[in-house]
Amino acid sequence: MGMTISEKILAAHSGRDAVEPGECINATFDMVIVQDLSLLMAKEPFEQIFDGLGESSVFDPEKVVVTFEHEAPAPTVLAATNQKWGRQWARRHGITNMLEIGRHGIQHMVSNEQGFVLPGDLFVANGSHTCTDGAVGAFAVGVGAASLAVALAIGEVWLEIPETSRFVYRGTLQPWVSAKDLILYTLGQIRTDGALNQVMEFAGETVRALPMSGRFTLCNMAKEAGAVTGIIEPDALTEAYVRPRARRAHRTLSSDSDARYRAIHEYDVSALGPQVACPFSPDNVKPVEAVAGVPIDQVFIGSCTNSRVDDLRVAVEVIGSRKVHRDVRLIVIPGSQYVYLEALREGVIERLVEAGATIGAPGCGPCPGLHTGVLGEGERCVSTSNRNFPGRMGHRTAEVYLASPATAAASAVLGRLADPREMMGR
Amino acid sequence: MTGRVHRFGDNVDTDMIMPARYLGHSRAEQSRHAMEGVDSDFTAKVQPGDVIVAGRNFGCGSARPAHRPLQDAGVSCVIAASFANLFMRNAVNEGLPILRCPEAARELREGDLVEVDHEGGIIRCPATGRVYQAEMFPEFIRQIIRSGGLIPYAREKVKQRVQEREEK
Ligand code: SF4
Repeated sequence: MGMTISEKILAAHSGRDAVEPGECINATFDMVIVQDLSLLMAKEPFEQIFDGLGESSVFDPEKVVVTFEHEAPAPTVLAATNQKWGRQWARRHGITNMLEIGRHGIQHMVSNEQGFVLPGDLFVANGSHTCTDGAVGAFAVGVGAASLAVALAIGEVWLEIPETSRFVYRGTLQPWVSAKDLILYTLGQIRTDGALNQVMEFAGETVRALPMSGRFTLCNMAKEAGAVTGIIEPDALTEAYVRPRARRAHRTLSSDSDARYRAIHEYDVSALGPQVACPFSPDNVKPVEAVAGVPIDQVFIGSCTNSRVDDLRVAVEVIGSRKVHRDVRLIVIPGSQYVYLEALREGVIERLVEAGATIGAPGCGPCPGLHTGVLGEGERCVSTSNRNFPGRMGHRTAEVYLASPATAAASAVLGRLADPREMMGR
Repeated sequence: MTGRVHRFGDNVDTDMIMPARYLGHSRAEQSRHAMEGVDSDFTAKVQPGDVIVAGRNFGCGSARPAHRPLQDAGVSCVIAASFANLFMRNAVNEGLPILRCPEAARELREGDLVEVDHEGGIIRCPATGRVYQAEMFPEFIRQIIRSGGLIPYAREKVKQRVQEREEK
Protein backbone atom coordinates (compact mmCIF):
# COMPACT_ATOMS: atom_id res chain seq x y z
CA MET A 1 0.00 0.00 0.00
CA GLY A 2 1.42 3.36 -1.00
CA MET A 3 1.59 6.48 1.10
CA THR A 4 0.58 10.08 0.58
CA ILE A 5 3.19 12.82 0.73
CA SER A 6 1.89 13.74 4.20
CA GLU A 7 2.23 10.18 5.50
CA LYS A 8 5.78 10.00 4.13
CA ILE A 9 6.77 13.22 5.88
CA LEU A 10 5.21 12.11 9.15
CA ALA A 11 6.83 8.68 8.97
CA ALA A 12 10.23 10.23 8.30
CA HIS A 13 9.89 12.51 11.32
CA SER A 14 8.88 9.77 13.74
CA GLY A 15 11.55 7.25 12.81
CA ARG A 16 9.19 4.86 11.05
CA ASP A 17 8.95 3.29 7.62
CA ALA A 18 5.23 3.83 7.42
CA VAL A 19 2.32 5.38 9.28
CA GLU A 20 -1.42 4.84 9.05
CA PRO A 21 -4.32 7.21 9.60
CA GLY A 22 -5.58 7.10 13.19
CA GLU A 23 -2.19 6.23 14.68
CA CYS A 24 -0.53 8.64 17.07
CA ILE A 25 3.10 9.60 16.68
CA ASN A 26 5.53 11.63 18.70
CA ALA A 27 7.58 13.44 16.09
CA THR A 28 10.56 15.73 15.77
CA PHE A 29 10.22 18.74 13.51
CA ASP A 30 12.46 20.94 11.39
CA MET A 31 11.38 24.40 12.43
CA VAL A 32 8.92 26.14 14.74
CA ILE A 33 7.73 29.72 14.32
CA VAL A 34 6.05 31.87 16.96
CA GLN A 35 4.46 35.29 16.79
CA ASP A 36 3.62 37.97 19.37
CA LEU A 37 0.40 36.45 20.65
CA SER A 38 1.18 32.75 20.29
CA LEU A 39 4.37 33.22 22.26
CA LEU A 40 2.39 34.99 24.96
CA MET A 41 -0.10 32.14 25.15
CA ALA A 42 2.72 29.60 25.46
CA LYS A 43 4.32 31.55 28.33
CA GLU A 44 2.40 29.88 31.13
CA PRO A 45 2.77 26.25 29.94
CA PHE A 46 6.45 26.89 29.05
CA GLU A 47 7.14 28.14 32.57
CA GLN A 48 5.21 25.21 34.07
CA ILE A 49 7.45 22.75 32.25
CA PHE A 50 10.59 24.18 33.84
CA ASP A 51 9.12 25.20 37.19
CA GLY A 52 11.52 24.15 39.96
CA LEU A 53 13.78 22.12 37.65
CA GLY A 54 16.69 24.51 37.86
CA GLU A 55 16.87 25.32 34.18
CA SER A 56 14.85 26.89 31.37
CA SER A 57 15.96 26.65 27.78
CA VAL A 58 14.49 26.09 24.35
CA PHE A 59 15.50 22.77 22.80
CA ASP A 60 17.43 24.36 19.92
CA PRO A 61 17.50 28.15 19.37
CA GLU A 62 18.48 27.63 15.72
CA LYS A 63 15.13 25.98 15.03
CA VAL A 64 12.98 28.72 16.50
CA VAL A 65 11.77 31.81 14.62
CA VAL A 66 10.02 34.74 16.31
CA THR A 67 7.98 37.29 14.37
CA PHE A 68 5.41 40.00 15.05
CA GLU A 69 2.11 40.08 13.20
CA HIS A 70 -1.10 40.27 15.22
CA GLU A 71 -0.41 43.61 16.85
CA ALA A 72 2.56 44.96 14.92
CA PRO A 73 3.67 47.57 15.87
CA ALA A 74 1.99 47.53 19.28
CA PRO A 75 -1.31 49.48 19.26
CA THR A 76 -1.88 49.45 23.03
CA VAL A 77 0.16 49.63 26.22
CA LEU A 78 -0.88 46.06 26.99
CA ALA A 79 0.41 44.82 23.62
CA ALA A 80 3.64 46.80 24.06
CA THR A 81 4.20 45.28 27.49
CA ASN A 82 3.52 41.79 26.20
CA GLN A 83 5.86 42.26 23.24
CA LYS A 84 8.58 43.62 25.48
CA TRP A 85 8.40 40.38 27.41
CA GLY A 86 8.49 38.41 24.13
CA ARG A 87 11.66 40.13 22.97
CA GLN A 88 13.35 39.52 26.29
CA TRP A 89 12.30 35.88 26.16
CA ALA A 90 13.78 35.49 22.67
CA ARG A 91 17.07 37.12 23.72
CA ARG A 92 17.32 35.09 26.89
CA HIS A 93 16.96 31.90 24.86
CA GLY A 94 19.51 32.95 22.27
CA ILE A 95 17.08 33.03 19.36
CA THR A 96 18.86 34.71 16.49
CA ASN A 97 15.92 34.52 14.10
CA MET A 98 13.88 37.17 15.85
CA LEU A 99 12.30 39.24 13.13
CA GLU A 100 12.01 42.60 14.85
CA ILE A 101 9.43 45.17 13.70
CA GLY A 102 10.76 46.45 10.40
CA ARG A 103 11.96 42.99 9.37
CA HIS A 104 8.77 41.23 10.36
CA GLY A 105 5.63 39.91 8.73
CA ILE A 106 2.79 37.46 9.10
CA GLN A 107 4.25 34.16 10.29
CA HIS A 108 2.66 32.23 7.39
CA MET A 109 4.51 34.47 4.94
CA VAL A 110 7.95 35.09 6.47
CA SER A 111 8.13 31.33 7.07
CA ASN A 112 8.51 30.61 3.35
CA GLU A 113 9.77 33.98 2.07
CA GLN A 114 12.83 33.63 4.26
CA GLY A 115 13.34 29.93 3.64
CA PHE A 116 12.56 28.69 7.14
CA VAL A 117 10.15 26.06 5.81
CA LEU A 118 11.20 23.71 3.01
CA PRO A 119 9.76 20.79 1.03
CA GLY A 120 9.61 17.59 3.08
CA ASP A 121 9.68 19.47 6.40
CA LEU A 122 7.50 18.95 9.40
CA PHE A 123 6.84 22.55 10.32
CA VAL A 124 5.09 23.62 13.51
CA ALA A 125 3.44 26.86 14.60
CA ASN A 126 0.65 28.05 16.82
CA GLY A 127 -1.66 29.48 14.23
CA SER A 128 -4.50 27.78 12.48
CA HIS A 129 -3.27 28.99 9.09
CA THR A 130 0.07 27.26 9.42
CA CYS A 131 -1.42 25.07 6.68
CA THR A 132 -0.43 27.85 4.24
CA ASP A 133 3.10 26.45 4.10
CA GLY A 134 1.85 23.15 2.73
CA ALA A 135 2.20 24.92 -0.61
CA VAL A 136 5.94 24.22 -0.57
CA GLY A 137 5.34 20.50 0.00
CA ALA A 138 5.88 20.54 3.76
CA PHE A 139 3.57 19.12 6.42
CA ALA A 140 2.81 22.39 8.17
CA VAL A 141 0.68 21.95 11.24
CA GLY A 142 -0.88 24.40 13.64
CA VAL A 143 -0.81 23.40 17.29
CA GLY A 144 -2.12 25.00 20.47
CA ALA A 145 -0.35 26.75 23.31
CA ALA A 146 0.63 23.70 25.37
CA SER A 147 1.93 21.79 22.34
CA LEU A 148 3.83 24.89 21.26
CA ALA A 149 5.40 25.21 24.71
CA VAL A 150 6.37 21.53 24.66
CA ALA A 151 7.73 21.87 21.12
CA LEU A 152 9.88 24.82 22.22
CA ALA A 153 11.06 23.03 25.35
CA ILE A 154 11.81 19.52 24.11
CA GLY A 155 11.52 19.61 20.32
CA GLU A 156 8.70 17.09 20.11
CA VAL A 157 5.14 17.25 18.86
CA TRP A 158 2.45 14.57 19.03
CA LEU A 159 0.14 14.11 16.09
CA GLU A 160 -2.74 11.86 15.18
CA ILE A 161 -2.08 10.74 11.59
CA PRO A 162 -4.90 12.29 9.56
CA GLU A 163 -6.61 10.79 6.56
CA THR A 164 -6.00 12.63 3.29
CA SER A 165 -8.54 13.72 0.70
CA ARG A 166 -7.32 14.70 -2.74
CA PHE A 167 -8.77 17.71 -4.56
CA VAL A 168 -8.09 17.59 -8.26
CA TYR A 169 -8.81 20.62 -10.46
CA ARG A 170 -8.93 20.60 -14.24
CA GLY A 171 -9.24 23.38 -16.77
CA THR A 172 -7.71 26.80 -17.36
CA LEU A 173 -8.97 29.58 -15.12
CA GLN A 174 -10.89 32.45 -16.74
CA PRO A 175 -9.37 35.95 -16.64
CA TRP A 176 -9.81 37.61 -13.20
CA VAL A 177 -10.42 34.26 -11.58
CA SER A 178 -7.73 33.14 -9.16
CA ALA A 179 -6.77 30.64 -6.48
CA LYS A 180 -9.02 32.48 -4.02
CA ASP A 181 -12.05 31.77 -6.19
CA LEU A 182 -10.99 28.12 -6.45
CA ILE A 183 -10.81 27.63 -2.72
CA LEU A 184 -13.99 29.62 -2.02
CA TYR A 185 -15.80 27.52 -4.60
CA THR A 186 -14.46 24.36 -2.96
CA LEU A 187 -15.60 25.55 0.48
CA GLY A 188 -19.06 26.21 -0.90
CA GLN A 189 -19.13 22.62 -2.15
CA ILE A 190 -17.72 20.77 0.86
CA ARG A 191 -18.63 23.25 3.66
CA THR A 192 -16.72 24.15 6.82
CA ASP A 193 -16.40 20.58 8.02
CA GLY A 194 -15.95 19.00 4.59
CA ALA A 195 -12.36 17.98 5.32
CA LEU A 196 -12.65 17.87 9.11
CA ASN A 197 -9.40 16.65 10.65
CA GLN A 198 -8.10 15.51 7.25
CA VAL A 199 -5.31 16.69 4.98
CA MET A 200 -6.44 18.45 1.80
CA GLU A 201 -4.01 17.51 -0.95
CA PHE A 202 -4.44 19.87 -3.90
CA ALA A 203 -3.56 18.59 -7.35
CA GLY A 204 -4.40 18.70 -11.04
CA GLU A 205 -3.40 20.84 -13.99
CA THR A 206 -5.10 23.98 -12.63
CA VAL A 207 -3.06 23.82 -9.45
CA ARG A 208 0.13 23.13 -11.41
CA ALA A 209 -0.55 26.30 -13.41
CA LEU A 210 -0.95 28.45 -10.28
CA PRO A 211 1.92 30.71 -9.21
CA MET A 212 3.35 30.08 -5.73
CA SER A 213 1.29 33.00 -4.38
CA GLY A 214 -1.90 31.24 -5.53
CA ARG A 215 -0.77 27.95 -4.09
CA PHE A 216 -0.29 29.61 -0.70
CA THR A 217 -3.81 31.04 -0.96
CA LEU A 218 -5.22 27.60 -1.74
CA CYS A 219 -3.51 25.86 1.16
CA ASN A 220 -4.24 28.78 3.50
CA MET A 221 -7.98 28.19 3.45
CA ALA A 222 -7.80 24.41 3.91
CA LYS A 223 -8.36 25.29 7.56
CA GLU A 224 -11.76 26.74 6.70
CA ALA A 225 -12.87 23.25 5.61
CA GLY A 226 -11.76 21.91 9.01
CA ALA A 227 -8.57 20.35 7.62
CA VAL A 228 -5.49 19.68 9.72
CA THR A 229 -3.48 21.11 6.85
CA GLY A 230 -3.28 21.52 3.10
CA ILE A 231 -0.45 20.33 0.89
CA ILE A 232 0.75 20.48 -2.71
CA GLU A 233 3.37 18.10 -4.07
CA PRO A 234 6.47 20.11 -5.01
CA ASP A 235 7.37 20.64 -8.68
CA ALA A 236 9.83 22.75 -10.68
CA LEU A 237 8.06 25.96 -9.65
CA THR A 238 8.32 25.05 -5.96
CA GLU A 239 11.99 24.29 -6.43
CA ALA A 240 12.58 27.65 -8.15
CA TYR A 241 10.87 29.44 -5.25
CA VAL A 242 12.59 27.53 -2.51
CA ARG A 243 16.16 27.14 -3.80
CA PRO A 244 17.38 30.75 -3.44
CA ARG A 245 15.79 30.97 0.01
CA ALA A 246 16.74 27.60 1.48
CA ARG A 247 18.94 27.65 4.55
CA ARG A 248 19.51 23.91 4.61
CA ALA A 249 19.04 20.77 2.51
CA HIS A 250 15.54 19.51 1.77
CA ARG A 251 13.72 16.48 0.39
CA THR A 252 11.21 16.56 -2.40
CA LEU A 253 8.52 13.95 -1.85
CA SER A 254 5.29 13.07 -3.62
CA SER A 255 2.32 10.79 -3.09
CA ASP A 256 2.44 7.21 -4.39
CA SER A 257 0.02 6.35 -7.17
CA ASP A 258 -1.55 3.71 -4.92
CA ALA A 259 -1.76 5.97 -1.86
CA ARG A 260 -4.97 5.69 0.12
CA TYR A 261 -7.36 8.64 0.13
CA ARG A 262 -10.47 9.19 2.19
CA ALA A 263 -12.04 10.79 -0.88
CA ILE A 264 -11.05 12.15 -4.25
CA HIS A 265 -12.90 15.28 -5.35
CA GLU A 266 -12.62 16.35 -8.96
CA TYR A 267 -13.65 19.73 -10.30
CA ASP A 268 -13.66 21.15 -13.79
CA VAL A 269 -13.10 24.84 -13.16
CA SER A 270 -12.74 26.09 -16.74
CA ALA A 271 -16.05 27.98 -16.53
CA LEU A 272 -15.71 29.13 -12.91
CA GLY A 273 -16.32 32.83 -12.26
CA PRO A 274 -15.30 34.95 -9.24
CA GLN A 275 -16.75 33.68 -5.95
CA VAL A 276 -17.70 35.48 -2.75
CA ALA A 277 -18.22 34.04 0.75
CA CYS A 278 -21.09 35.97 2.33
CA PRO A 279 -21.59 36.63 6.04
CA PHE A 280 -21.19 34.85 8.38
CA SER A 281 -19.29 31.81 7.20
CA PRO A 282 -16.51 31.06 4.71
CA ASP A 283 -18.71 28.35 3.18
CA ASN A 284 -21.64 30.66 2.48
CA VAL A 285 -20.34 31.02 -1.05
CA LYS A 286 -22.11 32.57 -4.03
CA PRO A 287 -21.00 33.53 -7.52
CA VAL A 288 -20.13 37.24 -7.52
CA GLU A 289 -23.10 38.04 -9.82
CA ALA A 290 -25.48 36.98 -7.06
CA VAL A 291 -24.20 39.62 -4.64
CA ALA A 292 -22.87 42.34 -6.95
CA GLY A 293 -24.44 45.64 -5.93
CA VAL A 294 -24.41 45.12 -2.15
CA PRO A 295 -23.37 48.50 -0.66
CA ILE A 296 -20.09 48.52 1.27
CA ASP A 297 -18.10 50.76 3.61
CA GLN A 298 -14.62 49.27 3.47
CA VAL A 299 -12.37 47.06 1.39
CA PHE A 300 -9.44 45.25 2.97
CA ILE A 301 -6.71 43.76 0.80
CA GLY A 302 -4.36 41.88 3.08
CA SER A 303 -3.97 38.88 5.45
CA CYS A 304 -2.02 35.65 5.13
CA THR A 305 -4.50 34.58 2.43
CA ASN A 306 -3.95 37.37 -0.09
CA SER A 307 -1.31 39.97 0.68
CA ARG A 308 1.55 38.83 -1.53
CA VAL A 309 3.06 40.95 -4.29
CA ASP A 310 0.98 39.16 -6.96
CA ASP A 311 -2.19 40.05 -5.04
CA LEU A 312 -1.29 43.73 -4.85
CA ARG A 313 -0.32 43.73 -8.54
CA VAL A 314 -3.74 42.38 -9.50
CA ALA A 315 -5.42 45.08 -7.42
CA VAL A 316 -3.44 47.78 -9.21
CA GLU A 317 -4.24 46.26 -12.57
CA VAL A 318 -7.96 46.27 -11.82
CA ILE A 319 -7.97 49.79 -10.38
CA GLY A 320 -5.95 51.15 -13.30
CA SER A 321 -6.14 54.93 -13.41
CA ARG A 322 -9.44 54.97 -11.51
CA LYS A 323 -9.96 56.18 -7.96
CA VAL A 324 -11.37 54.46 -4.91
CA HIS A 325 -15.08 55.36 -4.60
CA ARG A 326 -15.63 58.44 -2.41
CA ASP A 327 -17.83 56.57 0.08
CA VAL A 328 -15.45 53.67 0.54
CA ARG A 329 -12.11 53.28 2.32
CA LEU A 330 -9.55 50.90 0.84
CA ILE A 331 -7.08 49.51 3.36
CA VAL A 332 -4.12 47.65 1.91
CA ILE A 333 -1.72 45.82 4.20
CA PRO A 334 1.24 43.96 2.70
CA GLY A 335 1.70 40.79 4.74
CA SER A 336 5.41 41.25 5.28
CA GLN A 337 8.22 43.78 4.98
CA TYR A 338 9.51 41.74 2.05
CA VAL A 339 6.24 42.22 0.14
CA TYR A 340 6.11 45.89 1.13
CA LEU A 341 9.56 46.55 -0.29
CA GLU A 342 8.92 44.63 -3.52
CA ALA A 343 5.63 46.47 -4.02
CA LEU A 344 7.30 49.81 -3.32
CA ARG A 345 10.10 49.11 -5.82
CA GLU A 346 7.60 48.23 -8.51
CA GLY A 347 5.51 51.32 -7.92
CA VAL A 348 2.55 49.23 -6.83
CA ILE A 349 2.25 51.02 -3.49
CA GLU A 350 2.48 54.42 -5.17
CA ARG A 351 -0.36 53.60 -7.52
CA LEU A 352 -2.53 52.28 -4.71
CA VAL A 353 -2.00 55.45 -2.67
CA GLU A 354 -2.68 57.60 -5.74
CA ALA A 355 -5.97 55.79 -6.17
CA GLY A 356 -6.93 56.68 -2.60
CA ALA A 357 -5.88 53.61 -0.64
CA THR A 358 -4.25 53.74 2.76
CA ILE A 359 -1.36 51.40 3.48
CA GLY A 360 -0.90 49.74 6.87
CA ALA A 361 2.27 48.41 8.46
CA PRO A 362 2.86 44.76 7.51
CA GLY A 363 0.98 42.28 9.65
CA CYS A 364 -2.51 40.89 10.10
CA GLY A 365 -4.23 44.28 10.16
CA PRO A 366 -7.97 44.10 10.86
CA CYS A 367 -8.24 40.38 9.98
CA PRO A 368 -8.31 39.25 13.64
CA GLY A 369 -10.22 42.37 14.73
CA LEU A 370 -7.35 43.85 16.70
CA HIS A 371 -6.28 47.02 14.89
CA THR A 372 -5.78 49.04 11.67
CA GLY A 373 -9.23 49.09 10.20
CA VAL A 374 -11.62 47.15 12.44
CA LEU A 375 -15.29 47.51 11.55
CA GLY A 376 -17.99 49.44 13.39
CA GLU A 377 -21.56 48.41 14.08
CA GLY A 378 -23.38 47.20 10.97
CA GLU A 379 -20.54 48.13 8.61
CA ARG A 380 -19.91 46.07 5.52
CA CYS A 381 -16.51 45.09 4.19
CA VAL A 382 -15.14 43.17 1.23
CA SER A 383 -12.03 41.41 2.49
CA THR A 384 -9.37 39.19 0.93
CA SER A 385 -8.86 37.41 4.27
CA ASN A 386 -10.13 33.96 5.21
CA ARG A 387 -12.77 34.28 7.94
CA ASN A 388 -16.03 36.18 8.26
CA PHE A 389 -17.53 34.85 11.48
CA PRO A 390 -19.55 37.36 13.53
CA GLY A 391 -17.22 39.79 15.27
CA ARG A 392 -14.11 38.51 13.53
CA MET A 393 -13.09 41.88 12.09
CA GLY A 394 -14.72 44.17 14.63
CA HIS A 395 -18.30 44.69 15.76
CA ARG A 396 -20.34 41.51 15.82
CA THR A 397 -22.97 42.98 13.51
CA ALA A 398 -20.37 44.00 10.92
CA GLU A 399 -20.63 41.97 7.71
CA VAL A 400 -17.58 40.64 5.91
CA TYR A 401 -17.63 39.33 2.34
CA LEU A 402 -14.57 37.24 1.49
CA ALA A 403 -13.28 37.61 -2.05
CA SER A 404 -10.22 37.68 -4.29
CA PRO A 405 -7.96 40.73 -4.67
CA ALA A 406 -9.49 41.38 -8.11
CA THR A 407 -13.05 41.38 -6.74
CA ALA A 408 -11.97 43.49 -3.76
CA ALA A 409 -10.28 46.07 -5.99
CA ALA A 410 -13.26 46.33 -8.35
CA SER A 411 -15.54 46.77 -5.32
CA ALA A 412 -13.34 49.55 -3.95
CA VAL A 413 -13.65 51.49 -7.20
CA LEU A 414 -17.37 50.97 -7.72
CA GLY A 415 -18.27 51.48 -4.04
CA ARG A 416 -20.29 48.29 -3.92
CA LEU A 417 -19.65 44.61 -4.23
CA ALA A 418 -18.55 44.25 -7.82
CA ASP A 419 -17.53 41.68 -10.40
CA PRO A 420 -14.03 42.49 -11.68
CA ARG A 421 -15.19 41.37 -15.14
CA GLU A 422 -17.73 44.25 -15.19
CA MET A 423 -14.87 46.71 -15.16
CA MET A 424 -12.31 44.85 -17.16
CA GLY A 425 -14.43 43.39 -19.91
CA ARG A 426 -14.57 39.62 -20.17
CA MET B 1 -18.92 14.44 37.53
CA THR B 2 -22.52 15.71 37.45
CA GLY B 3 -23.69 18.90 35.80
CA ARG B 4 -26.34 20.59 33.75
CA VAL B 5 -26.29 20.72 29.97
CA HIS B 6 -25.80 23.95 28.02
CA ARG B 7 -26.63 23.26 24.40
CA PHE B 8 -25.08 24.84 21.31
CA GLY B 9 -25.31 24.15 17.59
CA ASP B 10 -22.82 23.13 14.89
CA ASN B 11 -19.58 24.97 14.06
CA VAL B 12 -19.19 26.87 17.34
CA ASP B 13 -15.93 28.67 16.56
CA THR B 14 -13.13 29.95 18.76
CA ASP B 15 -14.23 33.57 18.28
CA MET B 16 -17.54 32.68 19.90
CA ILE B 17 -15.87 30.74 22.74
CA MET B 18 -13.00 33.19 23.33
CA PRO B 19 -13.40 36.51 21.47
CA ALA B 20 -10.12 37.83 20.03
CA ARG B 21 -10.46 41.19 21.79
CA TYR B 22 -9.59 39.53 25.13
CA LEU B 23 -6.57 37.60 23.84
CA GLY B 24 -3.98 39.86 25.45
CA HIS B 25 -5.92 40.00 28.73
CA SER B 26 -5.47 37.97 31.90
CA ARG B 27 -6.86 34.47 32.15
CA ALA B 28 -9.35 35.60 34.81
CA GLU B 29 -10.63 38.33 32.52
CA GLN B 30 -10.88 35.89 29.61
CA SER B 31 -12.96 33.46 31.68
CA ARG B 32 -15.51 36.22 32.37
CA HIS B 33 -16.22 36.31 28.62
CA ALA B 34 -16.44 32.57 27.90
CA MET B 35 -18.90 31.78 25.09
CA GLU B 36 -19.72 35.49 24.84
CA GLY B 37 -19.81 35.38 21.07
CA VAL B 38 -22.75 32.99 21.05
CA ASP B 39 -24.43 33.51 24.44
CA SER B 40 -23.66 36.71 26.35
CA ASP B 41 -25.31 35.35 29.54
CA PHE B 42 -23.31 32.14 29.61
CA THR B 43 -20.93 33.05 32.43
CA ALA B 44 -23.85 34.25 34.57
CA LYS B 45 -25.66 30.93 34.15
CA VAL B 46 -22.89 28.35 34.23
CA GLN B 47 -22.31 26.42 37.48
CA PRO B 48 -19.16 24.48 38.37
CA GLY B 49 -19.42 20.99 36.84
CA ASP B 50 -21.76 21.99 34.01
CA VAL B 51 -21.39 20.39 30.63
CA ILE B 52 -21.37 21.92 27.14
CA VAL B 53 -23.16 19.86 24.51
CA ALA B 54 -22.67 20.87 20.88
CA GLY B 55 -23.02 19.65 17.34
CA ARG B 56 -20.39 19.14 14.70
CA ASN B 57 -16.97 20.82 14.47
CA PHE B 58 -16.90 22.36 17.95
CA GLY B 59 -13.95 24.71 18.41
CA CYS B 60 -13.30 25.39 14.74
CA GLY B 61 -11.42 28.57 13.93
CA SER B 62 -8.16 29.71 15.44
CA ALA B 63 -5.45 27.97 17.46
CA ARG B 64 -6.06 30.05 20.57
CA PRO B 65 -6.49 28.10 23.84
CA ALA B 66 -10.27 28.39 23.80
CA HIS B 67 -10.63 25.53 26.27
CA ARG B 68 -9.14 27.69 29.04
CA PRO B 69 -12.01 30.15 29.54
CA LEU B 70 -14.35 27.14 29.58
CA GLN B 71 -12.27 25.38 32.23
CA ASP B 72 -11.99 28.56 34.27
CA ALA B 73 -15.72 29.22 34.03
CA GLY B 74 -16.34 25.81 35.61
CA VAL B 75 -17.22 23.72 32.56
CA SER B 76 -16.34 20.12 33.48
CA CYS B 77 -16.53 18.62 30.01
CA VAL B 78 -17.56 19.23 26.41
CA ILE B 79 -19.63 16.64 24.55
CA ALA B 80 -19.94 17.16 20.79
CA ALA B 81 -20.70 15.27 17.62
CA SER B 82 -17.18 16.17 16.46
CA PHE B 83 -14.35 18.53 17.34
CA ALA B 84 -11.99 20.66 15.33
CA ASN B 85 -8.50 19.20 15.54
CA LEU B 86 -6.82 22.19 17.19
CA PHE B 87 -9.44 22.50 19.89
CA MET B 88 -9.21 18.76 20.51
CA ARG B 89 -5.42 18.95 20.89
CA ASN B 90 -5.63 21.95 23.19
CA ALA B 91 -8.22 20.35 25.42
CA VAL B 92 -6.33 17.04 25.64
CA ASN B 93 -3.03 18.81 26.34
CA GLU B 94 -4.41 20.88 29.16
CA GLY B 95 -6.85 18.45 30.71
CA LEU B 96 -10.33 19.63 29.69
CA PRO B 97 -12.27 16.37 29.16
CA ILE B 98 -13.92 16.18 25.75
CA LEU B 99 -16.13 13.38 24.46
CA ARG B 100 -17.03 12.65 20.84
CA CYS B 101 -20.56 11.28 20.92
CA PRO B 102 -22.95 12.19 18.09
CA GLU B 103 -25.90 10.45 19.76
CA ALA B 104 -25.61 12.30 23.04
CA ALA B 105 -24.97 15.51 21.12
CA ARG B 106 -28.24 15.00 19.29
CA GLU B 107 -30.45 13.90 22.16
CA LEU B 108 -29.39 15.78 25.30
CA ARG B 109 -31.55 18.84 26.03
CA GLU B 110 -30.76 22.23 27.55
CA GLY B 111 -30.86 21.95 31.34
CA ASP B 112 -30.65 18.11 31.46
CA LEU B 113 -28.69 16.81 34.42
CA VAL B 114 -25.98 14.41 33.25
CA GLU B 115 -23.40 12.19 34.95
CA VAL B 116 -20.17 11.82 33.01
CA ASP B 117 -17.43 9.23 33.48
CA HIS B 118 -14.60 10.88 31.56
CA GLU B 119 -12.18 7.98 31.67
CA GLY B 120 -14.71 5.44 30.42
CA GLY B 121 -16.47 7.87 28.09
CA ILE B 122 -19.87 7.09 29.61
CA ILE B 123 -22.61 9.71 29.74
CA ARG B 124 -25.79 9.06 31.75
CA CYS B 125 -28.94 11.13 31.68
CA PRO B 126 -31.07 10.03 34.69
CA ALA B 127 -34.16 11.97 33.55
CA THR B 128 -34.46 9.97 30.33
CA GLY B 129 -32.64 6.89 31.54
CA ARG B 130 -30.39 7.05 28.48
CA VAL B 131 -26.76 5.94 28.66
CA TYR B 132 -24.30 6.91 25.93
CA GLN B 133 -20.84 5.56 25.13
CA ALA B 134 -18.51 8.16 23.62
CA GLU B 135 -15.84 7.22 21.06
CA MET B 136 -12.52 6.26 22.65
CA PHE B 137 -9.36 8.15 21.70
CA PRO B 138 -6.20 6.26 20.68
CA GLU B 139 -4.14 4.94 23.60
CA PHE B 140 -1.42 7.59 23.27
CA ILE B 141 -3.98 10.36 23.77
CA ARG B 142 -5.58 8.56 26.71
CA GLN B 143 -2.11 8.32 28.24
CA ILE B 144 -1.64 12.09 28.01
CA ILE B 145 -5.07 12.60 29.53
CA ARG B 146 -4.31 10.17 32.38
CA SER B 147 -0.99 11.78 33.20
CA GLY B 148 -2.72 15.14 33.59
CA GLY B 149 -1.87 16.62 30.22
CA LEU B 150 1.19 17.25 28.14
CA ILE B 151 3.10 19.42 30.61
CA PRO B 152 3.91 16.63 33.11
CA TYR B 153 5.20 14.58 30.17
CA ALA B 154 7.50 17.38 29.05
CA ARG B 155 8.75 17.92 32.61
CA GLU B 156 9.93 14.31 32.73
CA LYS B 157 11.89 14.85 29.53
CA VAL B 158 13.51 18.00 30.89
CA LYS B 159 14.45 16.18 34.12
CA GLN B 160 16.19 13.51 32.03
CA ARG B 161 18.02 16.21 30.09
CA VAL B 162 19.23 17.86 33.32
CA GLN B 163 20.33 14.49 34.72
CA GLU B 164 22.25 13.50 31.61
CA ARG B 165 24.07 16.80 31.68
CA GLU B 166 25.01 16.39 35.34
CA GLU B 167 26.34 12.89 34.73
CA LYS B 168 28.70 14.14 32.02
S1 SF4 C 1 -3.82 37.42 8.72
FE1 SF4 C 1 -5.61 36.76 9.86
S2 SF4 C 1 -5.77 34.59 9.50
FE2 SF4 C 1 -3.73 35.20 8.88
S3 SF4 C 1 -2.43 34.85 10.68
FE3 SF4 C 1 -3.14 36.96 10.78
S4 SF4 C 1 -5.00 36.89 12.00
FE4 SF4 C 1 -4.58 34.80 11.36
